[in-house]
Amino acid sequence: MNSSELKIYTHNLELFYGDAQALKNININIDEKKVTALIGPSGCGKSTFLKTLNRMNDLIPNVKITGDVYFDGLNVYKEYDIVELRKKVGMVFQKPNPFPMSVYDNVAYGPRIHGIKSKSKLDEIVEKSLVNSALWDEVKDRLKKNALGLSGGQQQRLCIARVLAVEPEVVLMDEPTSALDPISTLKIEDLMDQLKEKYTIVIVTHNMQQAGRISDKTAFFLHGEIVEYDFTEKIFSNPTDKRTEDYITGRFG
Amino acid sequence: MDTEKSKGIPKKRRGILRIKDRILQCLIWAFSFITMGVLVWILIYIISNGISHINWEFISTIYKPVNNQHGIFPMILSTLYIVLITIVIATPIGICSAIYLVEYSRPGKVLSLIRFATETLSGIPSIIYGLFGYIFFVIALHLKWSLLSGALTLSIMVLPTIIRTTEESLKSVPIAYKEGSLALGATKLTTIAKVILPCAISGILTAVILSIGRIVGETAAVYLTAGYVTRIPTSIMDSGRTLSVHLYQLAKEGISFEQSFATAAVLVVIVAIINLFATTLAKGIKKFTIGG
Repeated sequence: MNSSELKIYTHNLELFYGDAQALKNININIDEKKVTALIGPSGCGKSTFLKTLNRMNDLIPNVKITGDVYFDGLNVYKEYDIVELRKKVGMVFQKPNPFPMSVYDNVAYGPRIHGIKSKSKLDEIVEKSLVNSALWDEVKDRLKKNALGLSGGQQQRLCIARVLAVEPEVVLMDEPTSALDPISTLKIEDLMDQLKEKYTIVIVTHNMQQAGRISDKTAFFLHGEIVEYDFTEKIFSNPTDKRTEDYITGRFG
Repeated sequence: MDTEKSKGIPKKRRGILRIKDRILQCLIWAFSFITMGVLVWILIYIISNGISHINWEFISTIYKPVNNQHGIFPMILSTLYIVLITIVIATPIGICSAIYLVEYSRPGKVLSLIRFATETLSGIPSIIYGLFGYIFFVIALHLKWSLLSGALTLSIMVLPTIIRTTEESLKSVPIAYKEGSLALGATKLTTIAKVILPCAISGILTAVILSIGRIVGETAAVYLTAGYVTRIPTSIMDSGRTLSVHLYQLAKEGISFEQSFATAAVLVVIVAIINLFATTLAKGIKKFTIGG
């Protein structure tokens, strides 16, 4: 575990919504090809932090960010083209959000906008991405059907396939299973286990068991700060900070 | 289920509620029947009065009362020209403005000023557009009385409708689609072109249909800018008389009520055909862009 490479790190990252400070002095190292879980009560800043990694906060007016985020050693806010960054850092949202198009077009959307036109190449990417998101067997006969006809769990795996089709290096997941039933959740957790062989995964979750099951490292957020960041076993068996212990044992949050 | 739901309510009270429910239902039914009835009655009245006078000669020949020719072919042509030119001019401008307002502009004074202006414009009587068009396009720009002057004037008139309706349909596209697209590395423009516009297409076509209705029905503004000559227009710089202007002339000067009704019937049928065509088109486009 110690041999893993550093993929993303932040330096004194702070974020303000207008006058309200949402992130305070965040310094975190995220390892390559590992699953990093972000836990903490609602409003603690974990989703906000996740969105600084692919600059989705840029969409919100009045956001001010200081400090730095480095991805592969380059400053995300200064040295990266936003399109290039988002290609490498994909994102899966809390609520499945497939486009109202066919299953095929959903997966092909990313490659198409990045310039791939060849039909055979697209076919190949679509199949590969759907296989890798464990959805292929369920949808291979209905690729031309509207994606909104899929179940919630299938839609979320389709969104994962859509992200994989762009060949990212990092996949950010913002409570990806909170809108899903337990069986679909399990499928996505299994999927994450496979995905971490190729991708770096950062996941926000409200579900402590989930963080325990799937992640290698866990960061506990509270009031915009990282209280504790360590190996998941350590956090869940022997947390250093009293507040972490209180949270994971369910005393608040 | 009924007993389960209404458990706590005493029997007498339940009876009253049921009667109230019934009365309300009857009222709703009656009002919708009246609305439908009036519309259907107008349509039937116009068509039944007009149909006897419509024949191939009526819709395919020119209008020359001195030679006893009362055809409306030139008016049909002028109407179609004006509709076409107006839509070609107004739709792109309207859609682009709406995209700007929804996706690009920052909330503030300028934005509320634009909103206020479009709202005011949509409430102005058409004769004022006509006057403006006459002074600006016909005289100042030397476009004379022409289909082009008429279409330009009508474009300004229908712009607020197109902008507002398009804006609403753009706003109704879930923000999650936009986020999904941007998160995949799409630029804002790509996201608008590939995700937002296809989702909003039916609303945009509604805007176009509403506008066509307004254009076809417009008399005052066209009368002042496109003229009322009954010849067959050969270019967009020719003046021409639209069906509604013709209708107005026929009725006002008491030339012939049969002809007015026949013209009205043709007008109604044209509007119906255009609407039918546009809705079919909308369905087709929707299927094509975002798949069944």
